[in-house]
Amino acid sequence: MNRAARLALLLLLAPAAAPAAMPLAIQAGILYPVSGPPMRDALILIRDGRITFVGPAADRMFSADHQVVTAAVVTPGLIDARATVGLSGLLNQPHDQDMLERSAPVQPELRAIDAYNGGDPLVTWVRSLGVTTVNTGHAPGTLVSGQTMVVKTSGGTREREVLQPAAFITAALGGAGLNRAEGKAPGTRAKAVALLRAELIKAQEYVRKRGLPDETKRPARDLRLEALGRALDGSQRLLVTVHKVPDILAALRLAQEFNLRIVLDGCADAPLVLAEIKAAGFPVILHPTMARAGDDTENLAMDTAAKLAAAGIPFALQSGYESYVPKTRVVLFEAAVAAGRGLGLERALASVTLDAARILGVAERIGSIEVGKDADLALFDGDPFEYTTRVTATVISGELFRDGPR
Amino acid sequence: MRFLPAASVLLPLALAASVLAQERPLALTGARIYPIAGEPIADGVLVVQGGKIVAVGAAGAVTVPAGAEVRALPPGKVILPGLVDSHSHIGGAQGGDGSGALHPEVRVLDALDARHASIQRAQAGGITTANVMPGSGQLISGQTLYLKLRDGRIIDDLLIRLADGSPAGGLKMANGTNPMRSPGGPFPGTRAKAAAMVRDQFIKAQEYQAKIARAKGDPEKLPARDLGLEMISEALAGRRIVQFHSHRHDDILTALRLRQEFGFKMVLHHVSEAWKVAPEIAAAGVPASAIVLDSPGGKLETRDLSFESPAALEKAGAEVGLHSDDPVIDSRHFLRSAAIAVRAGMSRPAALRAVTLANAKMLGLDDRVGTLAAGKDADFIVLSGDPFSVYTQIEETWVEGRRVFNLSDPADRTYALGGPGAGDARRTPLCCYTSAWDIILAANGALQQ
Repeated sequence: MNRAARLALLLLLAPAAAPAAMPLAIQAGILYPVSGPPMRDALILIRDGRITFVGPAADRMFSADHQVVTAAVVTPGLIDARATVGLSGLLNQPHDQDMLERSAPVQPELRAIDAYNGGDPLVTWVRSLGVTTVNTGHAPGTLVSGQTMVVKTSGGTREREVLQPAAFITAALGGAGLNRAEGKAPGTRAKAVALLRAELIKAQEYVRKRGLPDETKRPARDLRLEALGRALDGSQRLLVTVHKVPDILAALRLAQEFNLRIVLDGCADAPLVLAEIKAAGFPVILHPTMARAGDDTENLAMDTAAKLAAAGIPFALQSGYESYVPKTRVVLFEAAVAAGRGLGLERALASVTLDAARILGVAERIGSIEVGKDADLALFDGDPFEYTTRVTATVISGELFRDGPR
Repeated sequence: MRFLPAASVLLPLALAASVLAQERPLALTGARIYPIAGEPIADGVLVVQGGKIVAVGAAGAVTVPAGAEVRALPPGKVILPGLVDSHSHIGGAQGGDGSGALHPEVRVLDALDARHASIQRAQAGGITTANVMPGSGQLISGQTLYLKLRDGRIIDDLLIRLADGSPAGGLKMANGTNPMRSPGGPFPGTRAKAAAMVRDQFIKAQEYQAKIARAKGDPEKLPARDLGLEMISEALAGRRIVQFHSHRHDDILTALRLRQEFGFKMVLHHVSEAWKVAPEIAAAGVPASAIVLDSPGGKLETRDLSFESPAALEKAGAEVGLHSDDPVIDSRHFLRSAAIAVRAGMSRPAALRAVTLANAKMLGLDDRVGTLAAGKDADFIVLSGDPFSVYTQIEETWVEGRRVFNLSDPADRTYALGGPGAGDARRTPLCCYTSAWDIILAANGALQQ
């Protein structure tokens, strides 16, 4: 009797465990844990949704109840740090487009979880290309458009699938935050900043008065000001979409004035103000590498990720929002172009795994292949970023998804 | 920003020398060459002179002419024919007027800007020939234009002239939801109405031709000139290829039916659902130029768009091309579409053919472009490695023996990667300066970038 079979026998004799997904043994030709150097001929063991072992395959036997899956290359499940999938659906018809509410310029109370459809084929699509977690929610398009959530792409909003139900409040300065229609506000950049400052000051007042000892003097609950209050105390960070230099600087100015914890989103002009961004200490969720240049994004470049890396600015990549085609971009493809334009494989991989997890504040659970972390993996038949490599499967919380190969 | 007065004197002389070198043969050696017309050549030699390819073959099998400038490329370089994009909107293309559904008389020629940065970016993407089209919001949106992406000042510098001197181009048509509008106006509200309107127009053109034939040149009997019917007549006569936008499988079949009825030459474009009707497309002998998008959807008729359409068409035996539809896909990522098609099962040779020879055939230009063979235009690109790899860079693009893109030139690099200036109008090329002083000023300008 070989050692694996002996282990299997032991397992059969063990008391019956609660029903759970079958334990997985993933054999990787090359494993990129991201938290450490790549390994050849590695093994990952998974039970109850968590990683229980990572190391050289030769070092470890496993019991026969494991489903064995092999792949040429295994990486952590990819994280899309800024998306709208699930709010924006594949068909692009009125009934599946919930990513933007234009009825008022400032609506931070709009929660992503109240609109997210994990069953939309667009979510399945990104999962088929290695994406296991998205920071998805309201799109840029008004001054404060709503919120995002951090959710796995396994299809639902069950507790284990939602990492952060209210991750960020989404704001946009510059073109994306304006309403250029006659008589509408904000119609210009400076008006937008003035409007947002006024709202934040109102929220400061609201928070102060809600804390008054005399209950009768407290104002009635106001969801909008409550949400801005969370931005002010840092319990819900502000994700600010900015592209042009004046907009980036305006965001930094706002952060300083109100002592906000922000994340810069988009940032086409980042190479022009690297020193200012670095000094402010805020991370960047960079525009898709293959985004179209024009208007506010006229200066975007395929090698900006490499420049952020060289400057030591923490950053992640995103799919962003697309109004037409492709209905969503895919961070696997965006990171690939960054890899090929100066960033290199390992840094590019980190920008859609561990670095993204850190920026989103979920690195204790996802982003790398380590014992104790959620078993979220992407399996490939070659270099993950080569155009001709296919994703053969993904694993989310220990559950195997074979949507492809794609 | 630096100003180098010494270089400003030397550079024009160097540039002038390179212009003079046009007539001197140029031989590139040491590259892996994909001629497309034949098997890849591991250690290839490409000889060009006077804007044409003189010879291509394996080292030792090609005689390098005496007096040729020989450039031995560093190991690992790859040479492909200049890419041919069968469907693009570069140059600030417009057309497809909202006033109606039928505009065969509209020329995209009248709306193009030869200095538009999108043309420089397409050169950076290795594209040397492009079919620039009006949009798809009309049943017939107008005349397309086949461009050579030379460095030019005005659009005339980019034209491909037919034997009669007229600019080469096709006729853009579309079906499906793009040319449909709410009923009551000049647009069809349903698919059957759209097909009926097109048939009606083609029958009018047949009658127009018949009247002209009956008149036998008698000015009294000739019908009044009709610019639109003239263009449809060109399509009916096979002088102008119909470039037909179609996504859904039933719309593709409708296009095939129209072609069957009227007998025009046709290329299908986009063909999002080609995988459902690949055998029918192949059996009709109609070439199809597919688009590869990073996700399906965006509109109802592209719900079932698949990476696998190019492979399915290849398997069915159809002539299959790929296109950028720039700005839908940035021209700089055009070669990537071929790689994604390989990802989804297309063979590597077919994927390379799909961005070169197949597209050249779709434009009726395969006698001039699309392969590397003696006598063809000297349109080629030099890559740093495997054409399908994300880590490969397009380093040089040559059109008719002139280098129009060079990644090591900082200005060209900006067009290739993006950044401030990548959206600015192209630099005025050397060919068109009028005096030495202009050359010096331009050289200084280039150095300051």
